[in-house]
Amino acid sequence: MLGDGYLEQLKREGRIVVVGASLAGLRAAETLRSEGFAGSLTIIGDEPHEPYDRPPLSKQVLLGRAGADRTALPRLRSVDATWRLGVPATGLDRAARRVRLADGDEVPYDRLLIATGVRARPWPRAAEAELDGVFVLRTRDDSAALARRLDAGPQRVLVIGAGFTGSEIASACRERGLPVTVAERGAAPLVGALGGVVGAVAAELQRQHGVDLRCGVMVTALEGDTSGRVRVAHLSDGSTVEADVVIVSLGAIRNTEWLSGSGLGAGPRGIACDAGCRAFDIRGIVTDDIYAAGDVARSPHALFSYQFLSLEHWGNAVSQARIAAHNMLSESTDRLPHMEVPAFWSAQFGVNIKSVGVPSLGTEILISQGSLQDQRFVGVYGYQGRVIGAVAFDQAKWLPFYQELIETTASFPPPFDTVDRRPDGQRPIDADFPDPSVPTHGPTVTLSGYSPADRRMTFTPAH
Amino acid sequence: MRIAVDLNRCQGYAQCAFLAPEIFAMHGEEALLYDPEADEAQRAKLAQAAAACPVQAILVDAVDVPAEAVSGAR
Repeated sequence: MLGDGYLEQLKREGRIVVVGASLAGLRAAETLRSEGFAGSLTIIGDEPHEPYDRPPLSKQVLLGRAGADRTALPRLRSVDATWRLGVPATGLDRAARRVRLADGDEVPYDRLLIATGVRARPWPRAAEAELDGVFVLRTRDDSAALARRLDAGPQRVLVIGAGFTGSEIASACRERGLPVTVAERGAAPLVGALGGVVGAVAAELQRQHGVDLRCGVMVTALEGDTSGRVRVAHLSDGSTVEADVVIVSLGAIRNTEWLSGSGLGAGPRGIACDAGCRAFDIRGIVTDDIYAAGDVARSPHALFSYQFLSLEHWGNAVSQARIAAHNMLSESTDRLPHMEVPAFWSAQFGVNIKSVGVPSLGTEILISQGSLQDQRFVGVYGYQGRVIGAVAFDQAKWLPFYQELIETTASFPPPFDTVDRRPDGQRPIDADFPDPSVPTHGPTVTLSGYSPADRRMTFTPAH
Repeated sequence: MRIAVDLNRCQGYAQCAFLAPEIFAMHGEEALLYDPEADEAQRAKLAQAAAACPVQAILVDAVDVPAEAVSGAR
């Protein structure tokens, strides 16, 4: 019989490889050691840095309060790993159980964790993207370079895309007193993640803080001067914006290309895996030696009709990594499902925005506490008669309460009378999410399971 | 000393900003900003702040930053 013997041997002298030296990779490594893994552990990362924390990169670092090179993640325990940093993984040979590296080396494994995350979506025209002054913000190096440029006092900053990252960048720039224009394809900032009702509040916030916010427009071209520095952006409404710093903030692309040809069920939407983080192959058969965690993983979630959910959230990376690491070392009966309720935060224009559940799945919103006008409220999202998500603007303390409603599939509108419900919270209204076929910056949550009503879904073969 | 704060847990009690103002600061009414790498001189205050957090959201190095995190040879 397999089982005990093999696992004991794996724990004692097995080889585990983690691809992705970021938050998920590090927390998984720590969990492996905490759960008694004594074998060899290799952590592979394409950046030359040890794992660092990203949230400060668009906040503290841009505000000049912390250096980008000072965001390395704390070590919660020793991981005693071999680190292969600054070298991307380029391929996976599942039959031979080896990860191929860009330097030609190969690393064998008995168990593999893929935590390669996402990267910033670049400006689509390569020549324009290479203009001096055009940035994306995803990595430590991106943040350091942008912070340096902001220190130099640009004439005007243009942010393309008003999702969370774009809005945070605009906020930091305004706090530094820099003139900022934000161009967003959708009807409002944050509209893809939170809908138009809350998006209108975000728009008001930006304008109150002096952002030149342009919605419903696309940037059609970036133009440089003769020395190759970006100078002006052309917009779809015929207008132009003169800017010497342009930050392209159009969401993220999942780092799965290196898996092409591996037979793993990996594509633009991420790596399909089961609730226990085991990756599927392209035939829909679950592997038992390859796991995925963090932004690159997509897995079915019981609270959301078992649709495949992929999340670009800090907390998800942490919890999914821990579950994956635990399951790698466990008998099938001892494995745990990744059932974390999605949650994220953002801080912009002095407001603390937090959310639980999946607001973008909701169709209606009810302002259950506070008021939109005060920019201080809790909005509850409803989907087919149940509470599916909640968002708080400067009301963070209430979110655990709403999380419980989501976890217990409470009915929507919520049955309780709240202590602080103003007139705009008497009844649910349309949450005003954009037509999914109209692109915006996109939410940080993707639901990609099959649903007949979901016209966003197109079949995407792994290769 | 490295610091990360689980801001999903953070509910803006501001105990940390009160106890270790060199490291933690409130930004607006609820949002927290912090220095992700505090000076050694702040160790005692940081420990106090982490202990005082009602939701235990402050993560601090439990081990010395190891020399293991280096690039290159296996």
